[in-house]
Amino acid sequence: MTVKLDAKMPTGALAQKWDKHRFEMKLVNPANKRKYSIIIVGSGLAGGAAAATLSELGYDVKCFCFQDSPRRAHSIAAQGGINAAKNYQNDGDSIYRLFYDTIKGGDFRAREGNVYRLAQLSVNIIDQCVAQGVPFAREYGGLLANRSFGGAQVSRTFYARGQTGQQLLLGAYQALERQVARGGVKMFPRTEMLDLVVIDGRARGIITRDLVTGAIESHVADAVVLGTGGYGNVFFLSTNAQGTNATAIWRAYKRGAAFANPCFTQIHPTCIPVSGEYQSKLTLMSESLRNDGRVWVPIKAGDKRAAADIPETDRDYFLERKYPSFGNLAPRDIASRNAKEVCDEGRGVGESGLGVYLDFSDAIKRLGADVIRERYGNLFEMYQRITDENPYQVPMRIYPAVHYTMGGLWVDYNLMSNVDGLHVIGEANFSDHGAYRLGASALMQGLADGYFILPNTLGHYLASNKLDKVDDSHPAFREARTAVDERTNRFLSINGKRTVASFHRELGKVVWDYCGMSRNEAGLRLALEKIPQLRAEFWRDVNVPGSAAELNQALERAGRVADFMELAELMCIDALHRTESCGGHFREESQTPEGEALRDDANFTYAAAWEFAGEGKAPVLNREPLLFENVKLSQRSYK
Amino acid sequence: MNLTLHVWRQAGPDAPGKMVRYEANDISPDMSFLEMLDVVNERLTAEGETPIAFDHDCREGICGACGLMINGIAHGPEKGTATCQLHMRSFSDGAAIYIEPWRARAFPVIRDLAVDRSSLDRIIQAGGFITAATGGSQDANAILVPKENVDDAMDSAACIGCGACAAACPNASASLFTAAKITHLGLLPQGQPERYRRALSMVGRMDLEGFGSCTLHGECQEACPKEISIDTITRMNRDFLRASVTGGRE
Repeated sequence: MTVKLDAKMPTGALAQKWDKHRFEMKLVNPANKRKYSIIIVGSGLAGGAAAATLSELGYDVKCFCFQDSPRRAHSIAAQGGINAAKNYQNDGDSIYRLFYDTIKGGDFRAREGNVYRLAQLSVNIIDQCVAQGVPFAREYGGLLANRSFGGAQVSRTFYARGQTGQQLLLGAYQALERQVARGGVKMFPRTEMLDLVVIDGRARGIITRDLVTGAIESHVADAVVLGTGGYGNVFFLSTNAQGTNATAIWRAYKRGAAFANPCFTQIHPTCIPVSGEYQSKLTLMSESLRNDGRVWVPIKAGDKRAAADIPETDRDYFLERKYPSFGNLAPRDIASRNAKEVCDEGRGVGESGLGVYLDFSDAIKRLGADVIRERYGNLFEMYQRITDENPYQVPMRIYPAVHYTMGGLWVDYNLMSNVDGLHVIGEANFSDHGAYRLGASALMQGLADGYFILPNTLGHYLASNKLDKVDDSHPAFREARTAVDERTNRFLSINGKRTVASFHRELGKVVWDYCGMSRNEAGLRLALEKIPQLRAEFWRDVNVPGSAAELNQALERAGRVADFMELAELMCIDALHRTESCGGHFREESQTPEGEALRDDANFTYAAAWEFAGEGKAPVLNREPLLFENVKLSQRSYK
Repeated sequence: MNLTLHVWRQAGPDAPGKMVRYEANDISPDMSFLEMLDVVNERLTAEGETPIAFDHDCREGICGACGLMINGIAHGPEKGTATCQLHMRSFSDGAAIYIEPWRARAFPVIRDLAVDRSSLDRIIQAGGFITAATGGSQDANAILVPKENVDDAMDSAACIGCGACAAACPNASASLFTAAKITHLGLLPQGQPERYRRALSMVGRMDLEGFGSCTLHGECQEACPKEISIDTITRMNRDFLRASVTGGRE
């Protein structure tokens, strides 16, 4: 059996698709909206914005998050900014240009119609956020300020210092709390979704665990929305928050939702390197640092001299050498891969040898320390706080880290998965970034989905389908609850020797080594042997202390890691099947003579949507062909 | 480094709690405080003991989930630093470290070091927003905001909602938290229509939640990981006083 992947792309000209679709969609009578109940899992930019907006429209909303407050969702950590095609700077920006940059940045592996709609809605997002009181940076005249970001040739990024994600999330959170006070949203913090309930082919509810009392509960609804973020924590070390997980989308996958492009992950080049085995997360340093810092390593492998003792003649400014026109500003994936390459050659710096220098001494000489302090003072402070090294005196050490996942549950133009009624928004879906996400576009997508797209398309679903009344005594709810209970009891009864964290760390290393910055057939095949072995060991030897009926953080983590153990395998299967290189997916077998990613458009211009075929069975590949009617596929070049 | 920890252990909201001593050996000075607790928890788990529960998430000082009283100081000894960004090099080898949860009537303990801070969400529900339903907004540049105002608003908007201000306050007042939001929104033109009813309602809610009153000790701004100033409290008091006279009407 294969699932039918119909993108439901509206016909007509690119620029008219969304308008036309909004007119053609059915509406729910305002008086009837309160009779529809909607479950939203996740309270970040996508989930929080959707919950607030759907409640404003009159729907009966329940919103769930595992954190103690919806304000803590990981969207809050986004630093840089949010793109919008406002063209306030009169520098040639337009909706079409933002669309083109995004589709090209995604290496032509996203849908034209979705990406164009995203660019269109970007302008509404800024208006909405300003109305809410988001304190975007401004010029002295009172107008909004913009900066250029992530290699874009226009200044279209809006920002609130280095805390843009925080301010946008707080805007959505405040709108959400207003609805909570009004009674339109019932909020369930410290509650984790552990299964999806599908009845007669439609998503009709979820099973949750109250993380404080341990109570397992059933929640019934007319539609379910997942805005649960990305799965970067499969790598153990990433820039993601500790609690971010794939459980909601993975449970949905196992209930029939197709998982698209799981191998498309984004590695960010400028993170603070790992300092020891105990390390729990990696900290991102804004890539704006590459505007003034020069990246280098020693020419000779094993050169352990201090940076200041290595003369110019013994240094290799490898990005400037290999990419003379872009130099240190080469795109994220290229900068990342090259850093890994020099470290693999034994030329990495720092104790672990997994790091390259980002050196500001030339910039300080040229501009003075004060100018550098003004530009990057807070970042330098953060670096010093973590590493105890003063970047004004010694070069920073940086290394790439996992930052974002472009893959996710497959959705159509309405953001609905192939399971009727199950909608997926934000990073949790696969829709808009193709094989690589441009800087300052994650916030844009989360808010476009949550504020503007889903509230329209979800109404269309509800208005066009007759939904039978169900309650939690339905056998499907009982079966799902039993499965959750059994799984919980299984974790607690293994009583093995290894902690959950030790398994997670080991899994992360396998995925990082073989399905990280660059992948090859032999490595992926090896990973596909190792992961099932590790998973078997996990179920045999994990130690989860405590009981189910209490706050039990080890138990929470065990469930998440168990799902990562399965997802990691699917990522490797996807990476192995896609023998081309594209965006963040670099297959060593497919590169240009200069060592750049080489796409294979004839064979891989599609989204790979994997379908669960049963425990122990190989997942089934479904292909959604990508049609390019407006842009011409081209090869990136940054020489 | 080798350290002696004294940690508050409490099995549940109604269970009695007590300080329990743990040895933390071979700690790297480069570890963050929470990574040090991870190491202790790994060992406790291996020894069949119940690991210490504490809230945390982003580990980069922005989500506001973490927060511990460390040697009696909210978020520990470094100024402007959340617990997750505190590193062990701030302590000396052989030190004894006392770790407790936030203490405030409005923050009941859930387990060990994790407390319930939903009272802060309810203060926001009382008016910590600008009423602007999705879709009806004008062009963003139609609203002019002087740069100085937006910079000051951003200083207050930087609040991460961790609750350190209330934990550090001898009166367990959440005035800094409440004032930060009132100041952020009150400095912007968009926030003016609801300015006075907001002050009245949020301050009322804060009292109702069981937070104490502000007597300007200033402990809150010392503890605040985002270094928000108590000047915001003066502003809140002014708005509240005026609103009390006018009944929240402008």
